[in-house]
Amino acid sequence: MMTSQHLILRVVSKILIPLILLFALYVQFHGESGPGGGFQAGVIFAAAFILYALVFGPENTRRVAPEWALSTLMATGILLYLGTGAASFLFGANFLEYGVLGADFVAGQLLGIFLVELGVGITVAAVMITIYLAFAERQG
Amino acid sequence: MEIALDLLSWALLLVGGFFAIAGGIGVVRLPDFYTRLHASGVTDTGAAYFILAGLMIQGGLSIITVKLVLIGFFMFFSNPTSTYSLAAAAHRSGMAPLDGAGGPNKPEPVEKSLAEPIEPIEPTPTKPGGAPPSQP
Repeated sequence: MMTSQHLILRVVSKILIPLILLFALYVQFHGESGPGGGFQAGVIFAAAFILYALVFGPENTRRVAPEWALSTLMATGILLYLGTGAASFLFGANFLEYGVLGADFVAGQLLGIFLVELGVGITVAAVMITIYLAFAERQG
Repeated sequence: MEIALDLLSWALLLVGGFFAIAGGIGVVRLPDFYTRLHASGVTDTGAAYFILAGLMIQGGLSIITVKLVLIGFFMFFSNPTSTYSLAAAAHRSGMAPLDGAGGPNKPEPVEKSLAEPIEPIEPTPTKPGGAPPSQP
Protein backbone atom coordinates (compact mmCIF):
# COMPACT_ATOMS: atom_id res chain seq x y z
CA MET A 1 0.00 0.00 0.00
CA MET A 2 1.12 3.53 -0.72
CA THR A 3 1.33 5.00 2.73
CA SER A 4 1.89 8.56 1.57
CA GLN A 5 -1.69 8.73 0.30
CA HIS A 6 -5.03 8.58 2.05
CA LEU A 7 -3.93 10.66 5.04
CA ILE A 8 -7.47 11.78 5.85
CA LEU A 9 -8.87 8.28 5.38
CA ARG A 10 -6.23 6.79 7.65
CA VAL A 11 -6.74 9.33 10.44
CA VAL A 12 -10.53 9.19 10.34
CA SER A 13 -10.66 5.40 10.19
CA LYS A 14 -8.33 5.23 13.19
CA ILE A 15 -10.81 7.42 15.07
CA LEU A 16 -13.86 5.49 13.92
CA ILE A 17 -12.78 1.84 14.08
CA PRO A 18 -12.77 1.64 17.93
CA LEU A 19 -16.19 3.30 18.00
CA ILE A 20 -17.54 0.81 15.45
CA LEU A 21 -16.22 -2.09 17.54
CA LEU A 22 -17.78 -0.57 20.67
CA PHE A 23 -21.10 -0.10 18.89
CA ALA A 24 -20.99 -3.71 17.74
CA LEU A 25 -20.57 -4.84 21.34
CA TYR A 26 -23.48 -2.58 22.37
CA VAL A 27 -25.71 -4.10 19.71
CA GLN A 28 -24.56 -7.57 20.78
CA PHE A 29 -25.23 -7.27 24.49
CA HIS A 30 -28.28 -5.03 24.21
CA GLY A 31 -29.91 -7.34 21.71
CA GLU A 32 -32.25 -9.06 24.19
CA SER A 33 -33.95 -5.83 25.25
CA GLY A 34 -33.63 -3.57 22.19
CA PRO A 35 -33.01 -3.54 18.49
CA GLY A 36 -30.05 -5.66 17.57
CA GLY A 37 -28.77 -9.13 18.17
CA GLY A 38 -26.01 -11.49 17.29
CA PHE A 39 -26.19 -11.30 13.51
CA GLN A 40 -26.27 -7.51 13.34
CA ALA A 41 -23.50 -7.19 15.90
CA GLY A 42 -21.34 -9.65 14.00
CA VAL A 43 -21.81 -7.74 10.76
CA ILE A 44 -20.95 -4.42 12.42
CA PHE A 45 -17.90 -5.97 14.08
CA ALA A 46 -16.77 -7.32 10.71
CA ALA A 47 -17.42 -3.92 9.11
CA ALA A 48 -14.73 -2.42 11.34
CA PHE A 49 -12.23 -5.01 10.10
CA ILE A 50 -13.34 -4.48 6.49
CA LEU A 51 -12.86 -0.73 6.87
CA TYR A 52 -9.37 -1.40 8.21
CA ALA A 53 -8.65 -3.71 5.28
CA LEU A 54 -9.92 -1.14 2.78
CA VAL A 55 -7.66 1.60 4.13
CA PHE A 56 -4.58 -0.31 5.28
CA GLY A 57 -4.66 -3.31 2.97
CA PRO A 58 -5.48 -6.99 3.44
CA GLU A 59 -1.88 -7.85 4.38
CA ASN A 60 -2.05 -5.73 7.53
CA THR A 61 -5.50 -7.08 8.35
CA ARG A 62 -4.15 -10.63 8.20
CA ARG A 63 -1.78 -9.73 11.03
CA VAL A 64 -4.70 -9.22 13.43
CA ALA A 65 -7.09 -11.71 11.79
CA PRO A 66 -5.03 -14.65 10.56
CA GLU A 67 -6.58 -17.60 8.79
CA TRP A 68 -6.34 -20.00 11.73
CA ALA A 69 -7.95 -17.54 14.15
CA LEU A 70 -10.91 -16.86 11.86
CA SER A 71 -11.48 -20.58 11.23
CA THR A 72 -11.30 -21.27 14.96
CA LEU A 73 -13.75 -18.46 15.74
CA MET A 74 -16.22 -19.69 13.13
CA ALA A 75 -16.24 -23.14 14.69
CA THR A 76 -16.30 -21.70 18.23
CA GLY A 77 -19.46 -19.71 17.57
CA ILE A 78 -21.30 -22.70 16.14
CA LEU A 79 -20.10 -24.86 19.03
CA LEU A 80 -21.36 -22.28 21.54
CA TYR A 81 -24.77 -22.29 19.88
CA LEU A 82 -25.00 -26.07 19.65
CA GLY A 83 -23.54 -26.51 23.12
CA THR A 84 -26.19 -24.24 24.61
CA GLY A 85 -28.84 -26.24 22.83
CA ALA A 86 -27.36 -29.57 23.84
CA ALA A 87 -26.87 -28.47 27.47
CA SER A 88 -30.66 -28.43 27.76
CA PHE A 89 -30.61 -32.22 27.24
CA LEU A 90 -28.68 -32.63 30.50
CA PHE A 91 -31.58 -31.06 32.41
CA GLY A 92 -34.17 -33.16 30.65
CA ALA A 93 -35.47 -30.49 28.31
CA ASN A 94 -35.65 -30.30 24.54
CA PHE A 95 -33.02 -28.85 22.23
CA LEU A 96 -32.52 -25.09 22.87
CA GLU A 97 -35.11 -25.09 25.68
CA TYR A 98 -32.63 -23.13 27.76
CA GLY A 99 -35.08 -21.95 30.43
CA VAL A 100 -33.85 -24.87 32.53
CA LEU A 101 -30.21 -23.72 32.53
CA GLY A 102 -30.48 -21.05 35.24
CA ALA A 103 -31.65 -21.03 38.84
CA ASP A 104 -35.17 -20.14 37.70
CA PHE A 105 -36.85 -19.89 34.32
CA VAL A 106 -36.11 -16.17 33.69
CA ALA A 107 -32.44 -16.50 34.63
CA GLY A 108 -32.16 -19.53 32.37
CA GLN A 109 -33.77 -17.67 29.49
CA LEU A 110 -31.39 -14.73 29.93
CA LEU A 111 -28.32 -16.97 30.09
CA GLY A 112 -29.45 -19.07 27.15
CA ILE A 113 -30.25 -16.18 24.81
CA PHE A 114 -26.99 -14.49 25.81
CA LEU A 115 -24.92 -17.55 24.87
CA VAL A 116 -26.83 -18.22 21.67
CA GLU A 117 -26.51 -14.63 20.48
CA LEU A 118 -22.82 -14.62 21.39
CA GLY A 119 -22.28 -17.71 19.30
CA VAL A 120 -24.15 -16.20 16.36
CA GLY A 121 -22.17 -12.95 16.66
CA ILE A 122 -18.77 -14.66 16.76
CA THR A 123 -19.55 -16.86 13.77
CA VAL A 124 -21.05 -14.07 11.66
CA ALA A 125 -18.13 -11.73 12.32
CA ALA A 126 -15.55 -14.37 11.45
CA VAL A 127 -17.40 -15.45 8.29
CA MET A 128 -17.86 -11.87 7.09
CA ILE A 129 -14.18 -11.04 7.56
CA THR A 130 -13.21 -14.29 5.82
CA ILE A 131 -15.47 -13.61 2.82
CA TYR A 132 -14.13 -10.08 2.41
CA LEU A 133 -10.50 -11.11 2.73
CA ALA A 134 -11.00 -14.01 0.34
CA PHE A 135 -12.13 -11.56 -2.33
CA ALA A 136 -9.56 -8.90 -1.46
CA GLU A 137 -6.63 -11.28 -1.54
CA ARG A 138 -7.59 -12.97 -4.81
CA GLN A 139 -4.75 -12.77 -7.30
CA GLY A 140 -5.27 -12.03 -10.96
CA MET B 1 -42.49 26.94 26.88
CA GLU B 2 -43.60 23.61 25.53
CA ILE B 3 -45.10 25.29 22.46
CA ALA B 4 -41.93 27.30 21.85
CA LEU B 5 -39.74 24.20 22.01
CA ASP B 6 -42.09 22.36 19.67
CA LEU B 7 -42.05 25.25 17.23
CA LEU B 8 -38.25 25.45 17.29
CA SER B 9 -37.96 21.69 16.89
CA TRP B 10 -40.35 21.58 13.95
CA ALA B 11 -38.66 24.55 12.31
CA LEU B 12 -35.33 22.69 12.50
CA LEU B 13 -36.90 19.50 11.17
CA LEU B 14 -38.49 21.36 8.25
CA VAL B 15 -35.22 23.11 7.38
CA GLY B 16 -33.47 19.74 7.47
CA GLY B 17 -36.17 18.25 5.26
CA PHE B 18 -35.80 21.12 2.81
CA PHE B 19 -32.05 20.52 2.59
CA ALA B 20 -32.61 16.82 2.07
CA ILE B 21 -35.08 17.44 -0.78
CA ALA B 22 -32.79 20.06 -2.33
CA GLY B 23 -29.86 17.64 -2.13
CA GLY B 24 -31.92 14.89 -3.73
CA ILE B 25 -33.00 17.15 -6.60
CA GLY B 26 -29.40 18.31 -6.99
CA VAL B 27 -28.06 14.76 -7.26
CA VAL B 28 -30.49 14.09 -10.12
CA ARG B 29 -30.34 17.44 -11.95
CA LEU B 30 -26.74 18.70 -11.69
CA PRO B 31 -24.55 18.08 -14.73
CA ASP B 32 -21.41 16.23 -13.63
CA PHE B 33 -19.89 14.17 -10.84
CA TYR B 34 -18.36 16.97 -8.76
CA THR B 35 -21.47 19.13 -8.68
CA ARG B 36 -23.58 16.10 -7.79
CA LEU B 37 -21.14 15.34 -5.00
CA HIS B 38 -21.65 18.89 -3.76
CA ALA B 39 -25.42 18.35 -3.69
CA SER B 40 -25.13 15.07 -1.82
CA GLY B 41 -22.75 16.76 0.62
CA VAL B 42 -25.55 19.18 1.51
CA THR B 43 -27.75 16.20 2.36
CA ASP B 44 -25.01 14.59 4.40
CA THR B 45 -24.18 17.59 6.55
CA GLY B 46 -26.86 20.30 6.51
CA ALA B 47 -29.94 18.11 6.40
CA ALA B 48 -28.61 15.52 8.84
CA TYR B 49 -27.53 18.04 11.48
CA PHE B 50 -30.76 20.08 11.32
CA ILE B 51 -32.87 16.93 11.62
CA LEU B 52 -30.72 15.66 14.49
CA ALA B 53 -31.02 19.01 16.29
CA GLY B 54 -34.79 18.98 15.89
CA LEU B 55 -35.00 15.43 17.21
CA MET B 56 -32.75 16.33 20.15
CA ILE B 57 -35.19 19.06 21.20
CA GLN B 58 -38.02 16.55 20.93
CA GLY B 59 -36.06 14.07 23.00
CA GLY B 60 -35.26 16.47 25.83
CA LEU B 61 -32.66 15.67 28.45
CA SER B 62 -32.68 11.89 28.13
CA ILE B 63 -30.73 8.93 26.87
CA ILE B 64 -32.26 9.52 23.43
CA THR B 65 -30.47 12.86 23.13
CA VAL B 66 -27.19 11.27 24.20
CA LYS B 67 -27.56 8.68 21.46
CA LEU B 68 -28.41 11.40 18.93
CA VAL B 69 -25.28 13.31 19.95
CA LEU B 70 -23.24 10.16 19.35
CA ILE B 71 -24.86 9.70 15.92
CA GLY B 72 -24.02 13.32 15.13
CA PHE B 73 -20.43 12.77 16.22
CA PHE B 74 -20.19 9.75 13.93
CA MET B 75 -21.68 11.62 10.98
CA PHE B 76 -19.41 14.60 11.63
CA PHE B 77 -16.44 12.37 10.83
CA SER B 78 -17.79 9.81 8.38
CA ASN B 79 -19.79 11.90 5.90
CA PRO B 80 -17.17 14.52 4.98
CA THR B 81 -14.61 11.72 4.78
CA SER B 82 -16.68 9.72 2.32
CA THR B 83 -17.33 12.83 0.22
CA TYR B 84 -13.64 13.71 0.25
CA SER B 85 -12.69 10.15 -0.63
CA LEU B 86 -15.05 10.04 -3.62
CA ALA B 87 -13.85 13.41 -4.91
CA ALA B 88 -10.18 12.51 -4.44
CA ALA B 89 -10.63 9.17 -6.21
CA ALA B 90 -12.38 10.87 -9.15
CA HIS B 91 -9.71 13.56 -9.37
CA ARG B 92 -6.89 11.03 -9.14
CA SER B 93 -8.33 8.88 -11.90
CA GLY B 94 -8.35 11.88 -14.23
CA MET B 95 -11.97 13.06 -14.22
CA ALA B 96 -12.00 16.74 -15.18
CA PRO B 97 -14.57 19.10 -13.69
CA LEU B 98 -16.79 21.13 -16.00
CA ASP B 99 -15.91 24.72 -16.82
CA GLY B 100 -18.45 27.53 -17.06
CA ALA B 101 -19.46 26.67 -20.61
CA GLY B 102 -20.34 23.11 -19.71
CA GLY B 103 -17.31 21.46 -21.30
CA PRO B 104 -14.54 19.63 -19.44
CA ASN B 105 -12.06 21.98 -17.81
CA LYS B 106 -8.97 20.06 -18.89
CA PRO B 107 -9.23 18.24 -22.22
CA GLU B 108 -7.45 15.20 -20.84
CA PRO B 109 -8.09 11.79 -22.38
CA VAL B 110 -9.35 9.54 -19.65
CA GLU B 111 -7.87 6.37 -21.15
CA LYS B 112 -4.37 7.82 -21.02
CA SER B 113 -4.62 8.96 -17.41
CA LEU B 114 -6.08 5.61 -16.38
CA ALA B 115 -3.26 3.75 -18.11
CA GLU B 116 -0.61 5.74 -16.26
CA PRO B 117 0.53 4.62 -12.84
CA ILE B 118 -1.26 6.48 -10.08
CA GLU B 119 0.95 9.09 -8.51
CA PRO B 120 0.45 10.50 -5.03
CA ILE B 121 -1.07 13.97 -4.89
CA GLU B 122 1.42 15.16 -2.31
CA PRO B 123 5.09 14.31 -2.62
CA THR B 124 6.37 11.79 -0.12
CA PRO B 125 7.96 13.61 2.83
CA THR B 126 11.59 12.68 2.95
CA LYS B 127 13.31 11.84 6.18
CA PRO B 128 15.89 14.39 7.33
CA GLY B 129 19.26 13.24 6.08
CA GLY B 130 17.71 10.81 3.64
CA ALA B 131 18.25 10.99 -0.08
CA PRO B 132 15.78 13.24 -1.93
CA PRO B 133 13.33 11.35 -4.13
CA SER B 134 14.58 10.97 -7.66
CA GLN B 135 12.67 13.15 -10.05
CA PRO B 136 12.11 11.62 -13.50
